[in-house]
Amino acid sequence: MNSKLIFEIAKSLLLARWKQSMVAAVGVTFSIAMFITLLGFMTGLNDMLDGLILNRTPHVRLFNEVKPNPQQPSNLVKGLGYVLIQSIKPTGNGQNIDNANAILGALHRDERVLGVSPKVTVQVFYNVGNIDITGVINGVDVEAEQKLFHFGDYVTKGNPADLKNVPNSIILGKAAAEKMMASIGDVVLVTTSRGDRQSLKVVGLFQSGLQDLDKVQSFASLATTQKLLGKPASYITDINIKSVDILSAPAMANEYRKLFATDAEDIQTANSQFETGSDVRSVISYAVGITLLIVAGFGIYNILNMMIYEKMDSIAILKATGFSGSDVKNIFITIALTIGFLGGLFGLIFGFLLSNIVDRIPFNTAGLPTIKTFPVNYSLKFYVIGMVFSIITTYLAGMFPARKASKIDPVIIIRGK
Amino acid sequence: MSEIILEANAINKSFHDPVTIPILKDITFTVNKGEFVSVIGRSGCGKSTLLYILSTMDTDYEGKLYIDRQLMNNLKERELASIRNEKIGFVFQFHYLLNEFNVLRNVMLPGIKLGKYAVKEVEHRAMEKLKILGIDDQALKLPNQLSGGQKQRVAIARALINDPLIIMGDEPTGNLDKKNSETVFDIFHQLTKEFNQTLLIVTHDNEFASRTQRIIEMEDGRIVKQ
Repeated sequence: MNSKLIFEIAKSLLLARWKQSMVAAVGVTFSIAMFITLLGFMTGLNDMLDGLILNRTPHVRLFNEVKPNPQQPSNLVKGLGYVLIQSIKPTGNGQNIDNANAILGALHRDERVLGVSPKVTVQVFYNVGNIDITGVINGVDVEAEQKLFHFGDYVTKGNPADLKNVPNSIILGKAAAEKMMASIGDVVLVTTSRGDRQSLKVVGLFQSGLQDLDKVQSFASLATTQKLLGKPASYITDINIKSVDILSAPAMANEYRKLFATDAEDIQTANSQFETGSDVRSVISYAVGITLLIVAGFGIYNILNMMIYEKMDSIAILKATGFSGSDVKNIFITIALTIGFLGGLFGLIFGFLLSNIVDRIPFNTAGLPTIKTFPVNYSLKFYVIGMVFSIITTYLAGMFPARKASKIDPVIIIRGK
Repeated sequence: MSEIILEANAINKSFHDPVTIPILKDITFTVNKGEFVSVIGRSGCGKSTLLYILSTMDTDYEGKLYIDRQLMNNLKERELASIRNEKIGFVFQFHYLLNEFNVLRNVMLPGIKLGKYAVKEVEHRAMEKLKILGIDDQALKLPNQLSGGQKQRVAIARALINDPLIIMGDEPTGNLDKKNSETVFDIFHQLTKEFNQTLLIVTHDNEFASRTQRIIEMEDGRIVKQ
């Protein structure tokens, strides 16, 4: 009964000064809308930039560094005393990962692993007339690569699946293709470092967004690459692993290094600077949003103060006729919260619409082939945070004037007339 | 007629800013049920101050105040508010109606606040009070559409809504012309006669006071005659 009455009085006071109330609400609306848009846009950008590198980077990479064997034969002979060996050369299988198939099997059974993609890297020369251009061909499992690292997103021309379907095929880096003036359907000649020659059919063009990479990188199927090198199907130089939880990557890398006796590198070590950048951008957007809200809060504070001065008489008579100080306080807090709630609600709607507009602005850069418009993130989280912020700030802004109103002494006002 | 509604016992009050000035000195009197009491005195003699103490709005005083045999000292702000709501009706020099609400709603507000009756019942009772005061035809108008006399009558209706033990008035006719003052006095008179309503009215209008049942005369913060 009491709360209904308080709500009724709050409503009538709000409507009596509806223009000012609306201005206050518009302030909240504006700040919440900007908050939503800014956070959505910033997070969208973060996601895109993270995706640019992180999505394409394996969480853990297993490989063999070419290096001399630390266990030299002389070490096995005891009692030699001080041994000096000069000019040690790397030996063994080179980049090949020993027992790759068994490792792949073990990784498939590991629950922390989302997927694995084996890879063979080979240094080649593209032979164009009498000029040789250096390059790297990555032999990949197209399906795994597509599933884990969105390979298809970066193939601007042609169909990635053709790598598997067409024998002896290649997807060229776009910049490399331009150098060779090669397009889909053409045949390019490559020479490996051992001198083996092979002609490969171009089935697609690849653009990563990093020009230097596109000048040298090309892709072929695992089988094509192994054939190029004259190696058996068990020859694998890299195993790229995507984990379920990216944060566990360093621990997994450590474990695999010991377990599989290979080198292992995790994404955090390889790309530590990215998270810092994302965090800074988020902090900036929150700071701007909260600043706007505080400004809106001052607006509400002002309007409530004015309202209280204007309605001094009404407050006095309410108190004289039996409304307690806390009743009066509740009336003004109700007014503030109503402004905050309605302003916030419209802010969410306008924020969504504004995000939508930003989402439609064309954004074409050669570096980012998959991005056509500005990226926007529509996470529900921002809308919840926006609403909570608007309620909290308006509550705080309303609390001080409301407290003042509750302390008004009716005697002074009534005597003053 | 011996039931005591209000009792003031040795009430003293001083203002302390900038120097201590005593305002009320040793005020002791009682008001019985159904009495129509007026308090008169020159302006500055402390009669309004006394009224605010008696009405529980001013709590900064010494001495004892009983309303309905209940001691008012040491009650909390919230408790005093509910006593004002239930037991005291106010009529001030200025009407203090809320312009956002119509006449009927203005009368109803303290009734809804009390919560003793359902809203529909409060509305019915408010209409009855307005009828007693002869302004039931104005019930749905806004206060600023009424004349001064009509507004004051609405204020009286509002004071009556919770059937208070006592109605306190602070110069209720101070802002009214001769004719309207007459009307308001007649209403007060009718209330005591027909409804046995207790009234305590502060006024400097000696003619008004002379027609009440009992006059308390104040001078320099003391009661000189009662």
